[in-house]
Parts: sequence; C-alpha cells; structure tokens
Amino acid sequence: MSPEKMTMMTNQIASFFATQPDADKAGRVADHLREFWEPRMLEQLFAHLDGGGEGLTPLALEGAQKLRATA
Amino acid sequence: MKDFIIPTDMDMGTPASRSLNTVTLTIDGFDVTVPEGTSVMRASAEAGIQVPKLCATDSLEAFGSCRLCVVEIEGRRGTPASCTTPVAQGMIVKTQTPKVKKVRKGVMELYISDHPLDCLTCAANGDCELQDMAGMVGLRDVRYEAVATHFETRHAGGDVNAQFIPKDDSNPYFTYDPSKCIVCSRCVRACEEVQGTFALTIEGMGFNSRVAAGSASDDFLTSDCVSCGACVQACPTATLQEKSVIELGTPERSVITTCAYCGVGCSFKAELNGDELVRMVPYKNGKANRGHSCVKGRFAYGYANHTDRITSPMIRDKITDPWREVSWDEAIDYTATKLRDLQAKHGQKSIGGITSSRCTNEETFLVQKMIRATFGNNNTDTCARVCHSPTGYGLKTTFGTSAGTQDFDSVEHTDVVIVIGANPTAAHPVFASRLKKRLRAGAKLIVIDPRKIELVKTPHVSAAHHLPLRPGTNVAVLTSIAHVIVTEGLMDEAFIRNRCDWNEFAEYAEFVSDARHSPEATGLLTGVDAEELRAAARLFATGGNGAIYYGLGVTEHSQGSTTVMAIANLAMMTGNLGRPGVGVNPLRGQNNVQGACDMGSFPHELPGYRHVSDDATREVFEKLWGVELDAKPGLRIPNMLDAAVDGTFKGLYVQGEDILQSDPDTRHVKAGLEAMECVIVHDLFLNETANYAHVFLPGSTFLEKDGTFTNAERRINRVRKVMAPLNGYADWEVTMMLANAMGAGWTYTHPSQVMDEIAATTPSFANVSYELLEERGSVQWPCNDANPDGAPIMHIDGFARGRGQFIITEYIATEERTGARFPLLLTTGRILSQYNVGAQTRRTQNVIWHAEDVLEIHPHDAEVRGVSDGDWVKLASRSGDTSLRATITDRVSPGVVYTTFHHPDTQANVITTDYSDWATNCPEYKVTAVQVGKSNGPTDWQEDYNAQAEQSRRILPAAE
Ligand code: SF4
Ligand code: SF4
Ligand code: SF4
Ligand code: FES
Repeated sequence: MSPEKMTMMTNQIASFFATQPDADKAGRVADHLREFWEPRMLEQLFAHLDGGGEGLTPLALEGAQKLRATA
Repeated sequence: MKDFIIPTDMDMGTPASRSLNTVTLTIDGFDVTVPEGTSVMRASAEAGIQVPKLCATDSLEAFGSCRLCVVEIEGRRGTPASCTTPVAQGMIVKTQTPKVKKVRKGVMELYISDHPLDCLTCAANGDCELQDMAGMVGLRDVRYEAVATHFETRHAGGDVNAQFIPKDDSNPYFTYDPSKCIVCSRCVRACEEVQGTFALTIEGMGFNSRVAAGSASDDFLTSDCVSCGACVQACPTATLQEKSVIELGTPERSVITTCAYCGVGCSFKAELNGDELVRMVPYKNGKANRGHSCVKGRFAYGYANHTDRITSPMIRDKITDPWREVSWDEAIDYTATKLRDLQAKHGQKSIGGITSSRCTNEETFLVQKMIRATFGNNNTDTCARVCHSPTGYGLKTTFGTSAGTQDFDSVEHTDVVIVIGANPTAAHPVFASRLKKRLRAGAKLIVIDPRKIELVKTPHVSAAHHLPLRPGTNVAVLTSIAHVIVTEGLMDEAFIRNRCDWNEFAEYAEFVSDARHSPEATGLLTGVDAEELRAAARLFATGGNGAIYYGLGVTEHSQGSTTVMAIANLAMMTGNLGRPGVGVNPLRGQNNVQGACDMGSFPHELPGYRHVSDDATREVFEKLWGVELDAKPGLRIPNMLDAAVDGTFKGLYVQGEDILQSDPDTRHVKAGLEAMECVIVHDLFLNETANYAHVFLPGSTFLEKDGTFTNAERRINRVRKVMAPLNGYADWEVTMMLANAMGAGWTYTHPSQVMDEIAATTPSFANVSYELLEERGSVQWPCNDANPDGAPIMHIDGFARGRGQFIITEYIATEERTGARFPLLLTTGRILSQYNVGAQTRRTQNVIWHAEDVLEIHPHDAEVRGVSDGDWVKLASRSGDTSLRATITDRVSPGVVYTTFHHPDTQANVITTDYSDWATNCPEYKVTAVQVGKSNGPTDWQEDYNAQAEQSRRILPAAE
C-alpha cells in the first residue's frame, strides 16, 4: 500500500469519527482500525507513525497512536 | 370442501382475493368457502372443479371476453361468465348444464373454424389450452365453413388473404405467429398488469382485431418489449411460443430452482426432456417473483453450453505460457503444492481467496472455511466488497444486523417509495414490475438519482419527485431531507421514543436542524432544487407507509456507509420500520450477495456477522473444525492487491468472480495479479482475471448443482441440480478436493450437510435445513427457535441491536473532484439484458440488445466537444483512458456522463479510481472525474490489453 493511500484511508476514517458525538473520538478511530485492518496494514501504519506520521490529520494520528498503545 | 389436494401450480383462473371475510356457496352440489371477492371460476377451482376458460388466467384480472366459462346460477337469468362473476353467500352454481354445454360448444366452434388444424406438428401440441378446451367441451365437428380466416395465405379462390400476417421471429427467444391467435388479449394484459411495459395493444375491431407490438412499423424487437416472457407465459396457444420449444419439443419433466442472475432470486421451473433443458418458466409459487421473470432468468441460460466454456482443468507455470490441459488430480496437486510452498516461503498469511456472490451459500461457506481453517488465515473476501459492504456496516451500526428489513411482497402495502441510487427496471426487473404495479395503483414515487432512470417516466407511472443530484452528494441530499422532516416537526415521535434512544435522537436532531443542512444551503453543491426536495421530504414523512429501496448508487461512494446510515435514520425518524409496506431495502446486485455476506466471506467476520475477535464465536468453529482460528481480521480485496504489489501476498484462489474486469482501477488490479505467483481461477470461462492465472479450475453452472441462494429479502431458495456438471464436479466438490489436498480431511457427500453445519454454527440459520426448504419452498432468515417460520419482516418489536441508533451523517466531499483537466463526472451502471461483467449474458443472444457499452452524454456537453451521436470518444480520468461510442441523451444532466461495464473491450474500470468507502473500502465506482474527447477508435491500452488477453488465452492441444 502506498503511504499516500494509507494516510488517505486513515484520514477518511478519522474524518467520519470527527463528526460523531463521542467524547473519545480517537478511541473510535482506533477501534475501527482494529476491527477492519489486517495486521500488516497496521504495522505499516505504525512504521509511518515512527517516521513522524506525515500527512495524517490530527485525529487520525491520535487514533493510530492510541491503537498502537493498546495493541 | 372436497378432501382433495389442489396441485399447487394449477391455473385457478382469476387472482386470489385478499379479503378476510369468507363466503360459502354450493358448486355442483359441493359446499365451498372462499374469501369474499373470489370469482365463481376460482371458487370452483378451489373445489377441484375446472370450468373451461380461454381468456382467463390467474395471473391476470378477469376480462370476460371469450364466454367459454359460462355457468348457471340459481335465481339468475342467462349464463353468466364465471370468471367475472364474484361469489355470493348461499349462491348455487351449476357448471355442467345442457345449456352451458351448448354455449361452450358454439364458442369453441367459432374459434376452431378460424384456426389451423395442424395440431400434430404445432409447437404447442400437448401444451395448448385451445386444444385442451376443444377436448373438454367435447367438440366433435365444426359446422361452419369460415368464409374468411386469419391463417390461410390465400382464399379458396386463390386471392392473397390480406388477413394473413406472417410470423414475427425478430425476438431471439420467442416467435409471434398471428395465424394462431385467438385474440384473447391475455398477452396484452400480461404486458400491462404483470410486466408494466405496455408494449402490446389490440389493434382494430371485431374480425380485424390483432395483437400488435409497438406501432405499425415495429416488430417485437423494435417495440418497447423487454422480452420478459410474461406474454409468452400467458398465451394459451402457440401464437407466442419459445423458440427453444419449437426447436426441442415440449418438455416432459420439471425441476424447481432459482435464477442465478440478480438479487431478486426468482423461482423457476427448469423444464427438460431427459437432461436437455427446454425452457425456464417462472414458478408461480416463487415468493420473490410470484410467477414473473425477466429476460435474463427466463431466456439467457444459453451460456451453460457455450463453446467458450472450459471443462478441463488447466495449469501453466508462467502467465506468458499457453495453458496446458491436465487431469483433475494433477491440477489439484499442483495447486495445493504451490500454495503450501508459498506459505512455507512467505508465511501463512501470504495466500487467500475470494468467494463468489454467484455461487451457492454452501460453496461460499466452504471457501471461507478452507481459507480460515486450511490456509489458516482470514484472507477471505467477496465481490460483495465492491458492492454492498457499506450496507453491512451501515445497517449493522444502526439496526444491529446487515440485511434488508422486508420481503418483496411488502411493496404491495407501500404508499410512498423512495428509490435512491438504483435502477430497478434494468437491474432488478421483476421487483420493478411489482413496484410499478403498486405505483399504478396509486402509491407515490420519489427518485433520487443523477440520471433520469426509466422509472421517472414510464407508461402509466411517473415519479412525484425526481431529485437529480450531482454524483457523490447522496449524504448531503439525505441529510437535507432529514432536516426538513425534523425542522418541520414531521417525525414520528412515538416510534422514536419507543424504539430508539430519545437523547441520541435529540443530539442528532440538533445536528440535522442546523441551517447548513437546509435544502437551500445544500442545493448549491447537490444541484437539487430546494423546493422539490422539501416537497419530497414532506411526502415521505406524511404520505403513509414509506419504503426506501436503494442500490449501488448509494454504496459505491467514499461515503457509502454514511449514506446507508442516513437512509436508516430516515426510516427510523418516520417510524417506517417493523411492518409491511415500509423498511430499508438494499437491492442486491448479484444473486447471492446476501448469502455471500451471511456466510462469513468478509475477512473480519465469521458466518452470521460475528467478528473474528469474538472468542465465543471462534470457539464454536474451532471445536467443530478442530483447528485454531486467527483472531485478527484478514485482507480485503484491495488490500490483497496492495499487499501483492508490496510482495507479501503471493497466492489467490478466486471462485466465480472476475476481479480484473469488475474491480476499479484495472491497472492496479493487473499489477496486483501480476505480482502473485499462484492465481487460481475457478470459473466457467477464461475470464479476464484468468489472463493472469496459473491454474484454471472449470466451474459448474447453477443448473448442475444443488445448493441454496439467499436473495435480497433474506430468502433462502433452493438451487436444484437438473443435469450433470459438464466439467465433472460441482463447485463445492472442487473446493473440497483442493482443501483436502492441503490436508483438510473433509467428507461432505451432499451440500445439505454443509447447510447442517451452517445451521449448527450460525444462530440466525439454526432451524434451516434442506428438509425445511423442501417443505416450505423457501424461508427468510432469521430462522431459529425464536422465529421458527423465518422472518419476512425484521425489527417488528425491537431492533436486532435493541434500540435503533441514530448516526450523525455529515457530508464530506469525495477527494475525487472535477477540475480543468477532468471537468465531467462519470457514473456507472447496468442495463437490463446484461448482467455484471457480462461473462454469461454476453454468451447468449441477449447481445442483440446491447452489443457494446456506450457513453451517455448530455447534448450540451457533446456539442461543446463536437461529439455527435454514435461517434467514438475517448474517456479519460487520472487512472487511465478508454474508448467507446457516445450516445447523446438528456437522461444524464449536463456535467455528468454515464456508462455500463458489461464488456471487457470497453474496460470502463480502467477509468475508475482506487478511492473507496471510508469504512469498508467499497470502491467509489459512482464518481470519477473524467474528460471526453473525440477519438478514432480503441486506445493503445485497449489494443495492448486485447493483445495480452489473446496471448494469454492460448491452450496447448491436450497431450496424448
Ligand atoms: S415479452 Fe414482456 S415486455 Fe415483451 S411484449 Fe411480452 S410481456 Fe410485454
Ligand atoms: S397472442 Fe396469445 S395471448 Fe395474445 S391474444 Fe393471441 S392467443 Fe391470446
Ligand atoms: S435476473 Fe433477477 S429479476 Fe431476472 S429472472 Fe433472474 S432473479 Fe428474476
Ligand atoms: S374465461 Fe371467462 S370469459 Fe373467457
């Protein structure tokens, strides 16, 4: 998966949960990723986080970090 | 009543009455109790007494023209027609008196005097109601010598008979032979009442009256006829006759089975002589279709014997090699070894598979089982990914389960219908006919679609409102409709309080009431007229039972899942759930999309929509299968292709799908397939994906195997084997051979055992079995102890998830934007005569209606570009370009172009991008920014592609 595609997909997910009334929006993003993304996609996302997470929106970044913290 | 079992598909003469009040009368001395409003003819049939008839049949309203069905009724004068006379309490009817017998003989004599007496060589010999009736009334001689007839080419004197009209055989599947017509008008009425196309009329009066298709210069093919076959079915004589019967003779046995084309799931009688299929006839007791059909299921089965069909397994080491035919043993061994080697080298998760929405539930269940238990990973997906995965996500989130809420009968109780992102007359024709019937009876229609689909204006039906939105703005439009309903206080507060969470609704209401969601505000981006939208919203909220039907125009967007939730919101806020006539109804594309989803095809869900991370669910399967299952989701189709390009995914088993043609961004799919080392295609034909395959396993058609399909109304219908598989094995057997070669140790001997396993592991299928299906014909899941009869309507007292959940649906524009380079929006769809990628329908005579894909473009956009009707045009997006012919029409709005994707030469998916639904990765087929320009013919890509395809399809002569 190209990094652009990966960040775009993550951002798309975050942009939905950004509109939801939940207190823990990042948690919802993390849950969604956990529920639907295969481990090697998540690894790629985490590697991208290590590289600074370029291109991720703040909520996408927070969600991805939250997921990694609990993974 | 007589203790006598009525043969279930006997013609009862007139339709059943729906009345709950009953009436008792006496017919030929027998007491009969029937619903009020029943005809005397039907009441007699209920008592087992058949009254002779010609112009009546129970799929049509009584007409009363032939007068063959006369009876005597005590206390009434004359001989009333039994088909048009309703029963009355205490009525005493006699069906066989000297008086009525005389009338009937006279009627028959008149008919026969103007009918050719070539019964022995007639195609309908043995299957002709005129013949039957002549026999039944005891006609022995004809006293009249007809002076003028319709069937003699010349009069006795030798002059040409102007009344003789030659046979019309323009339709590829049936003929119209006017010389045999008795002008009973059953065909005309069938076309109106059953199909709703109004292609036929009776022209002229008295002796001159004739059936005509279209106007004077038309034949059947050029008329509006859509070849549904309803008229052929209704015709009592050989006047309208299947060509297959003319060629092969009348069938002597029949098997009830289910159409393998679309998600309506029509029941058919496959009629045969020995193992030769003579014709497919829609089955009257089929609960999805109620005796109707469309051209695909009725006639387009010829692909089963097409010369392109491959019946021997084939392998090759490289995709540049020609194919080599091998034995089944060799093919299976080769494949199993290759897959195991790949796993040894690249890891357990380096292979996967794709289940088919065209195969049976049992086959799909086995493919996902093989992947999860034998491959040992969750890399299973289905082509439903690219169509209805957002339905899964959206309805599960809002209602708690991923399924349409109604049965098709429900439409008969609907008052207001919203059709959004669907084109039922083309893609779900039998449902469309049922819908049109309801609309003609007064229900109102709202169409939300960028195109002026046929339903917007068709004979005797027109939409109350058409909201022609810009592609990609579904969420904005639906949220605006909700805005109007909420701000004008039109919601069903009692329902919301009872069935949903009021606080959640309050939060939602606050969101949706914001002025930015008003139709006046959203109109700027959606292009929809605000007043029209307000009127539509009011109509839906206040017009009585409201039902929403939607299709791929909803799901195949970057906000597909959000749109599904917006639809669910609308249904909940208006209280339109849990009873007949309402509901949220996804129209499924392929025949078994619902089943493929139910059977655990998705990489994150085990059968019955249970997440793989759920320990209890995994344990059920682990115990039964004796293996440990992966608790993490697997790769979805686009992810598999990405992983292939990245080098971590190497082997793919594809059953009955053609991802290279059907999936978006063909170049990306091609790159993914090329990067794999073992692609196994299991199909009927060398499809486009097979150009990149190393193993080809021949598949079987739906006529060649047992199993079940689940249609869009969750109805589990039986598929029955009517002939032996040409390739030697049913698809479930092939999957089992492969799984066993990889060590699975399965021992199924019949698909019913697979269904038993499904029932044992999946709560919503707990009581489903082949015995139950034999007994009931079909059943709608959930079918378990809580719903022993199945569930025609869901969420009656509560939602599957408890309380219905309102979800905030903010419109987020797709990344796919028009600009200077690509100023037009392309949206894609289907047409009636072709099906999906067309692999089957292109191999039938249906091509007569659709020989190629064309681009629909608005006159204004065409003019600016100097494009005339029929010109070759180049269609380009940032993904690629292709060429096809243009057709200029105002069905599309300015700025929007439209095409279908039935033909591989067009490769519409070269154009589509890899953007997808945020929640499910369902590709955004319905919005692509494009440019259109004149061209001279196929593009380089198309030529290269065809050259590669031709190269790849070479087959070495079989070794001795
Ligand atoms: S085939 Fe169907 S559409 Fe065509 S004339 Fe007959 S009933 Fe009408
Ligand atoms: S074509 Fe058949 S159904 Fe139609 S009027 Fe003639 S006999 Fe009747
Ligand atoms: S294609 Fe669909 S509507 Fe047509 S016969 Fe088959 S199931 Fe019915
Ligand atoms: S069947 Fe009753 S009038 Fe023809």
